Amino acid sequence: MEWFRKVKEGLISQKKKEIPDGLWTKCEGCGEIIYMKELEKDFWVCKSCGFHFKLKSRDYINILLDKGNLEEYDKNLTSADPLKFKDSKRYPDRVKNSKKKTGLSDAVITGIGKINRMEVSFGVMDFGFIGGSMGSVVGEKVARAIERSAERKIPLVIVSCSGGARMQEGILSLMQMAKTSALLARLSDLRIPYISVLTNPTTAGVMASYASLGDVIIAEPKALLGFAGPRVIQQTIGQKLPEGFQSSEFFLEHGFLDVIAERKDLKRIISLMLEYLS
Amino acid sequence: MNGQFLDFERPVIELERKIKDMKDFAKDKNVEISREIEALEETLKKLQKDVYSNLSPWQRVQLARHPQRPHSLDYINLMTTDFVELHGDRAFADDKAVVGGFAKLDGEPVVIIGQEKGKDTKQKLFRNFGMMHPEGYRKALRLMLLSAKFDKAIIILIDTPGAYPGIGAEERGQAEAIAKNLKEMSRIPVPIIINIVGEGASGGALGIGVGDKIFMLENSWYSVISPEGCASILWRDVSKSPQAAEALKLTAPHLLEIGVIDKIIPEPLGGAHRDYLKQAQILKEEILFALKELKGLSKEQLLEKRIEKFRKMGQFIEEI
Ligand SMILES: [Zn+2]
Repeated sequence: MEWFRKVKEGLISQKKKEIPDGLWTKCEGCGEIIYMKELEKDFWVCKSCGFHFKLKSRDYINILLDKGNLEEYDKNLTSADPLKFKDSKRYPDRVKNSKKKTGLSDAVITGIGKINRMEVSFGVMDFGFIGGSMGSVVGEKVARAIERSAERKIPLVIVSCSGGARMQEGILSLMQMAKTSALLARLSDLRIPYISVLTNPTTAGVMASYASLGDVIIAEPKALLGFAGPRVIQQTIGQKLPEGFQSSEFFLEHGFLDVIAERKDLKRIISLMLEYLS
Repeated sequence: MNGQFLDFERPVIELERKIKDMKDFAKDKNVEISREIEALEETLKKLQKDVYSNLSPWQRVQLARHPQRPHSLDYINLMTTDFVELHGDRAFADDKAVVGGFAKLDGEPVVIIGQEKGKDTKQKLFRNFGMMHPEGYRKALRLMLLSAKFDKAIIILIDTPGAYPGIGAEERGQAEAIAKNLKEMSRIPVPIIINIVGEGASGGALGIGVGDKIFMLENSWYSVISPEGCASILWRDVSKSPQAAEALKLTAPHLLEIGVIDKIIPEPLGGAHRDYLKQAQILKEEILFALKELKGLSKEQLLEKRIEKFRKMGQFIEEI
């Protein structure tokens, strides 16, 4: 079953709801009040301090893919409730709320698109959907995106944004890490390029699987990247974390990142790397 | 818990002690109370059945963490001979939270790697409570690749409360180290048998957990997150860990049902800690049996089946 969808909404429509008067917004980085139209033109990056506003998955489709076009696949995959999980809410209700809130079927959109005329198998995660967490649906959609890449011999590009594996699906969420990584091993054997793009935040189960396995790994500036969450680390070691710990810059400094790219340069750098890796 | 046994074990252990005292007394004083002892032994059997046949997930978590529970080094010592421990990741350090090397299993050379928690306080600190750093995952991978190079099967013992969450671990790429192991273990062309012998917490366990057969001891647990972690995030209250353990369905029977593990390895009545040798023998036999089966496959078949095994994992709805 293939699903086709053109993403038409402009970036501004995604952001409108969050702004009190609809015209101006406050930068989380420096507190400056910025004119919305200006911000949109600047890829939602503050001109004064370089703060990268958090984007929705559709915004990345608009920024990275030619004409903002994605031929979406597997939109019909939706989560089961393998554990009949309930904390303060039933898991199916949590999913339903997230669907309603985001208009998405789960925390990743996958499909085929073009980056400067080069066809790619593309995936982009959305933090708005249960913290971008990876359960069976995310794992399966990413797995199929990898397989699509292998079948069509086209590069794979995944934009990650995730707090990790989805607790409410228990061990099966954990297994998605092994599943996606194993398929990436196969893709790598076929010498098909995979570019992993990390955005704020990418941590835990996603960081410890496909997000870390790109031939080239690119991150936006000042994203939170890592395995364990900063709060857990602080609790464990009982001391304050150093300034800039687990940021993109920290990641690059320690050798786990190829490039830090500002949002306006992201498409150009991905496109160039795809050219070099072909 | 008093450090030696768990609260729910108390009645069993007290009765066992009473029977032992009576036997000693009978011997010492040369009195005839064998009928009384027999009756108590009957009661003990019934009590054991009551206590152990209906363990809650939380009780199993406690058994998996039992202070007397056998750890990886115990299994290595009891199951294999001629163990030569190999150290280091050849890049940064030797992670003591994971032990690995060559050994003979029923005479046959294998590589065996296990997370080791340590028993007393000093050892626990030395072993970092079985919580690995990136260099541990890299050491394990180095040994696995060495194993593959010389065509030896790989036996993995999992027992960890999680990968270590610390500054150094992040600086040295904990996420990358685990991700790389997941990728590489999917294509190492020798049989890999995974055995969860105690705690299997999250990515820290899975980081050495990709293989052809996945076995789980009856009273071990394996989960996306520890019950405490889950309780503190979702319930915002760590005292809700028993509920979290229940909700996460982290016990062996459930994992078998959803196809994440291949087999439950039985434990002696009361748990692995009640009889180390018997437990090691049971586990060893299962491993040998599985190795025999896997040896019948070509390398291509082996890897194909391994990838398929993980490819199938997951439950979702595909709407039409
Ligand atoms: Zn700013």
